[in-house]
Amino acid sequence: MLAQLLFFFLAVVAIAAAIGMIASRNPVTSALWLILNLFCVAGLYLTMNAEFIGVVQVVVYAGAIMVLFLFVIMLLGAESLPAADVLPWQKPLAAVLAIALAVESTVIFLTRARPVGTVTQPDESVNTVTNLRALGETLFTDYLLPFEVTSILLLVAMLGAIVLVRKEKRVH
Amino acid sequence: MVPVNYYIILSAILFTIGVVGVLTHRNALIIFMSIELMLNAANLAFVAFGSVIRSFSGQIFVFFVIAVAAAEVAVGLALIVEIFKSKRSIDVDQMSSLKG
Repeated sequence: MLAQLLFFFLAVVAIAAAIGMIASRNPVTSALWLILNLFCVAGLYLTMNAEFIGVVQVVVYAGAIMVLFLFVIMLLGAESLPAADVLPWQKPLAAVLAIALAVESTVIFLTRARPVGTVTQPDESVNTVTNLRALGETLFTDYLLPFEVTSILLLVAMLGAIVLVRKEKRVH
Repeated sequence: MVPVNYYIILSAILFTIGVVGVLTHRNALIIFMSIELMLNAANLAFVAFGSVIRSFSGQIFVFFVIAVAAAEVAVGLALIVEIFKSKRSIDVDQMSSLKG
């Protein structure tokens, strides 16, 4: 009962924050709505007994990636683009089609393609180790190669970002 | 007891909202944030299904998705800053230099 109530509260706030993100005029407000959405999804991770992913979401996604977004939004002036649309019927049509897709997927997942099962509640974990320890054991044994490759990926991303904004020195 | 299809429906709705954001906005930063919303929705589906089959594979994949998303945001924002430096605008309707 409490689990369902918590899920519906977090779900409604997440959907409202997502709609607020795409409907707001100011890019800064959009970023703040997205941060609220990320916090709600982190709460949903906590209800699914995935506490490490919930905390990583708050620290990395909402805490680093969105802050980077806000830095760039502030750097570029947080300008609101003029609402001179080339195709004025595009936004209402997109909204109608999106509502159609959302309703369709909801109906399909409720009636036809029902995934069967319930998510792990936080009080019925059968393992005696913490989620972090079990996740770490799986990560460093079965998924060691993707882990190392991800470190190389992050290095490449750092180098790419630095090279992109470097001023070219003219060599005479 | 929350059945898993509630989580999947929420993931589908969030993904649809992200798609609408990508398709209708002209600000490159809002488009980028909508892509992050779509990645977030996919992460939710991963963790939900991983929790149903009592395996950690879903959460580990979400770990990698978050790491890759961080790298992608770093490079993408560097690109947007560079484009702004040369064009003084982040309106994607004006990025049509390659148009024939």
